[in-house]
Amino acid sequence: MLEIKNLHVEIDGKKILNGLTLTIHPGEVAAIMGPNGSGKSTLSYVIAGKEDYTVTEGDILLNGESILEMEANERAAAGLFLAFQYPLEIPGVATMTFLKAAMNAQAKARGETELTPGDFMRKVRGAAEKLGINPDMLKRPLNVGFSGGEKKRMEILQMTLLDPAYCILDETDSGLDIDALRIVAEGVNALRGAGRGMLVITHYQRLLDHIVPDKVHVMAKGRIVKSGGPELAHELEKDGYANYVEAA
Amino acid sequence: MAPSVVQMRTPAESALIERFEAEKAGLPGAAAERAAAFERFKAKGLPSKRVEAYHYTDLRALMRQAPDVGSEAAPAPKAPAGVTIQSLAEALAGGFRPGQGMGKAEDVVVDLNTAFMREGLVIRVAAGTEVAEKLVLDLAHASRHGRVIVEIGAGSALTLVEKHSGPDGVAYQANQVVELILGEGAKVEHIRVNTAGNEALVLSTLAASLADEAELMSLNFSMGGAVARHQSFITYAGEDAKLDLRGVTMIRGRQHCDNTLVVDHAVPHGTSRELFRTVADDEAHGVFQGKIIVRPHAQKTDGQMASNALLLGDEAAMSNKPELEIFADDVVCAHGATCGALEESQLFYLMARGLPRAEAEALLVEAFLGEVLEAVSDEALRDSLAMHIGEWLAARQAA
Repeated sequence: MLEIKNLHVEIDGKKILNGLTLTIHPGEVAAIMGPNGSGKSTLSYVIAGKEDYTVTEGDILLNGESILEMEANERAAAGLFLAFQYPLEIPGVATMTFLKAAMNAQAKARGETELTPGDFMRKVRGAAEKLGINPDMLKRPLNVGFSGGEKKRMEILQMTLLDPAYCILDETDSGLDIDALRIVAEGVNALRGAGRGMLVITHYQRLLDHIVPDKVHVMAKGRIVKSGGPELAHELEKDGYANYVEAA
Repeated sequence: MAPSVVQMRTPAESALIERFEAEKAGLPGAAAERAAAFERFKAKGLPSKRVEAYHYTDLRALMRQAPDVGSEAAPAPKAPAGVTIQSLAEALAGGFRPGQGMGKAEDVVVDLNTAFMREGLVIRVAAGTEVAEKLVLDLAHASRHGRVIVEIGAGSALTLVEKHSGPDGVAYQANQVVELILGEGAKVEHIRVNTAGNEALVLSTLAASLADEAELMSLNFSMGGAVARHQSFITYAGEDAKLDLRGVTMIRGRQHCDNTLVVDHAVPHGTSRELFRTVADDEAHGVFQGKIIVRPHAQKTDGQMASNALLLGDEAAMSNKPELEIFADDVVCAHGATCGALEESQLFYLMARGLPRAEAEALLVEAFLGEVLEAVSDEALRDSLAMHIGEWLAARQAA
């Protein structure tokens, strides 16, 4: 279970999250919708362990244990995965090299044995094929010169290979055309179930047509202002966020 | 009237003068060149920071004592087919005159080398010879004033590796000069590997002259020495010649490493690329001084120079001074210098995938330096340089 309890977060003295509380159960897909500036990306970064933020109050618990004191890499090894809204370009680091380093680092942190080079190659190739990723792309430096769609597919490839317990998808639909969106959504849907929790952060409802959530939470001014089922996303699409922002 | 200032001789300067007087009769050949070079040194003294070319590496302050003249002859490597190797002493005694690679450049360190040079080699690659095996020169610290001259005949190809190593804990000095004279269409890859001891003062110079359509790639891979200065003087003697000058510098502690280069486009249609990358940890200080000169008739010159530094330590520093002196009007020249820390956003991305910070940093540093090694065609050599980078980073993680 991933529990966010009464989370208050600041950056440079500015309050971004104001007592946000949210629970994601194993196997559940939760969506957070909210207008720009509501603190959605901040929430994803704070869960993943970015250092720029100060948590002034509250806690984040993964299976009952606080992760606030953990480094980003320790959180990853504990089973958290953030699919970035803007995946970083890493010049000079071949995608394959990076994937291997990440998988080995997590295996090592969990006391598991590393994959053999043959098993690693087979696993990567198989997962890449399903996402329509050209094997040549894996030889190129990570994300360098990749299109928006290619970058997002690369995020889903990493998510598939690292097999996390909880995934946070930050605006995964941004910058995608409809075909790319479908491929990415299929990749995400393939990872649903098996006790894996997901938090899908989005501004628009269209992503949720492809990744249908179990729960929808509306976020405004740094906290959750309403929760409901998938139908809530459609209401928002029709009526907009204005009522919630005013009420918050 | 302003009083004239007479600078006091430093102990090192006085010792050098005494030593030259005592030793000159026993030095092999080129007596007139030695005497002229030494007179230039005597007139100028060791360069202090007031001399522009030595502004960041004040040799007057850094050279505390005179270096040994040196006596042990470096073992000559076995000559591959089409290559002759002669000892410098023998060549000089036979009337050979060094210095052709320097072109119009003048430099006190080179002058001191000319005055005292004793050990060294004259290597000649016959025209039309593609030397398959790389030629490795082991310039250990024993050769204090080594001079190696390599003449590469027209249409020949050679990979030359210069190794500078030495023991830690010994404050030795070295002043080595390598001259490369490239004939028409000759292709040379020159890789200098500096793993000198941690208290050494290492001065080295590459003086190269490029004939028509000659191609030179020279990489200075530098991680050794308390103070290391590598100078490159490149002269375009012929048209359509190509130069690719590169540097990898890894320094830590209080190490100081200076890459100074003067690329002189004296004729038209020359191409030059300079790519220098420095990683400085702790309180280390990196220096890059790159000057591209385009003389009035050197039209259609194409020069691109870049120096990028990564500062890992809070007290680490980089002095970047790229310069263009252009006297022709139809040229393409550019330079860029950057200096900064590792990107926190990239580090976070890698850490969010499970890499511990030190490993994420190492991956980014390897990538930063690795690009420079791409020009080394010999795979085994490239791997061994990459391994040096890996070891340097592993030592950093262990510290």
